[in-house]
Amino acid sequence: MELKTPLYEAHVKAGGKMVSFGGYLLPVQYREGVIREHMAVRTRAGLFDVSHMGEILCEGKDALANLQMLLTNDFRNMTDGQARYSPMCNENGGTVDDLIVYRRAEEQYFIVVNAANKDKDYQWMKAHQSGDVVFTDVSASYAQIALQGPKALEILRKVAPEQSIPKKYYHAVFDARAAGIPCILSKTGYTGEDGYELYLDSGKAVELWDALLEAGKEEGLIPCGLGARDTLRMEAAMPLYGHEMNDGITPLETGLGFAVKLGKEAFIGKQALEEKGEPAITRVGLKVTGRGIIRENQDVYCGERKIGHTTSGTHAPYLGYPVAMALVDVDAAKPGTKVEADVRGRRVEAEVVALPFYRKTSQKQS
Amino acid sequence: MELREELLYSKSHEWVKKEGDEAVIGLTDYAQSELGDLVFVNLPEEDEEVTAGESFADVESVKAVSDVYSPVTGVVSAVNEELLDAPEMINESPYDAWFVRVKDITAEEELLSAEEYEAFVESEKNS
Repeated sequence: MELKTPLYEAHVKAGGKMVSFGGYLLPVQYREGVIREHMAVRTRAGLFDVSHMGEILCEGKDALANLQMLLTNDFRNMTDGQARYSPMCNENGGTVDDLIVYRRAEEQYFIVVNAANKDKDYQWMKAHQSGDVVFTDVSASYAQIALQGPKALEILRKVAPEQSIPKKYYHAVFDARAAGIPCILSKTGYTGEDGYELYLDSGKAVELWDALLEAGKEEGLIPCGLGARDTLRMEAAMPLYGHEMNDGITPLETGLGFAVKLGKEAFIGKQALEEKGEPAITRVGLKVTGRGIIRENQDVYCGERKIGHTTSGTHAPYLGYPVAMALVDVDAAKPGTKVEADVRGRRVEAEVVALPFYRKTSQKQS
Repeated sequence: MELREELLYSKSHEWVKKEGDEAVIGLTDYAQSELGDLVFVNLPEEDEEVTAGESFADVESVKAVSDVYSPVTGVVSAVNEELLDAPEMINESPYDAWFVRVKDITAEEELLSAEEYEAFVESEKNS
């Protein structure tokens, strides 16, 4: 069955082209189209319904100890309101999911997981829990709205008091208000731009969605669909579960070593990761220099030697050329390496480039 | 959805303009709107043979690649190479953005009038 987010009717009314994603019906684009939506986020601001994402609470005296064991990152030195990204590994070092952990209080954590993995993650956490801890899947009661782009702060300030707005990246205010609606306001995102994600009671989602769109009218804020969300995260080289990682790909192979703390005493998958040693493959960026778009699951060649395969690929609207990410042998991963991808029987030329493809020019929050 | 009375339409959403013995082929307004922003086009070469019901070109949107089918069997006599550099012309002006001109036509698909095509699209939408 396909679920509808609380904003379903609003999307249809706004001309959203609805498609099935992670078990939910969501807009792939609105009337403006993927390219204009993408450019709005890079140059002004865009609004996304990401209510399909899952939310799991982890509470109890042993909450931290459980996170330390379940996840590859280290959560010991966090402050209340801080967020941290982490892969979650299986015993073989493969990736169960990647997620964000917020510390709400010392014994209370708020975990955001991928829509398609929500049930798997929740079952996994419960199957591996120990001591005084309770995991609760609260996905159904939360809607999530992402406000992203260089104008996001300006727009947010019109509807939220200053104490509700987190100042630092990967920090959240848990008792925030936006348009008078209680919410968790987080300075995070999946676009490579500055921006915010708001978690709130599903029943208030339409009210906040409309209030934000109204507040952002002057700044050129428009609703954006999954299409732009994907092209934006691609340009920013942010990995997506099911593409750059899966049960058989380790976080080290896909370039997430920064979130894997092998110095920790123990976590699920640590032994396997240590036994595997230095990964033989790694994630690289490909800039297409030939004609055509290289999409996912295309074989990548260096001369006649097959060096790997692509995990995602699309036209990059802001950059103006097609890009792909690929998992390739480490000895063929040097930027500047000329490669070819097999696209429906035709070789398309590309070049290995450093990631991310796009990096925003830094802005100071004043 | 914009339609042109003087054109014929295939069920795979190409338009055909008959000019003497030749046929000019493009994508319909409905097709371009369903495909979304187009960013790449692959076209055949002049003198290549095309076959009714078979793919002769493809178009890539941001999200996906789609085949374009030839409504006629014949030989390509001209190719609109402007589309290679400006695929957005297909989105902006689908009935001016012709793909190929085909000569020596020996067979053709069942082609619909504007009115019939409109009814066909409606029935497809509701199915």
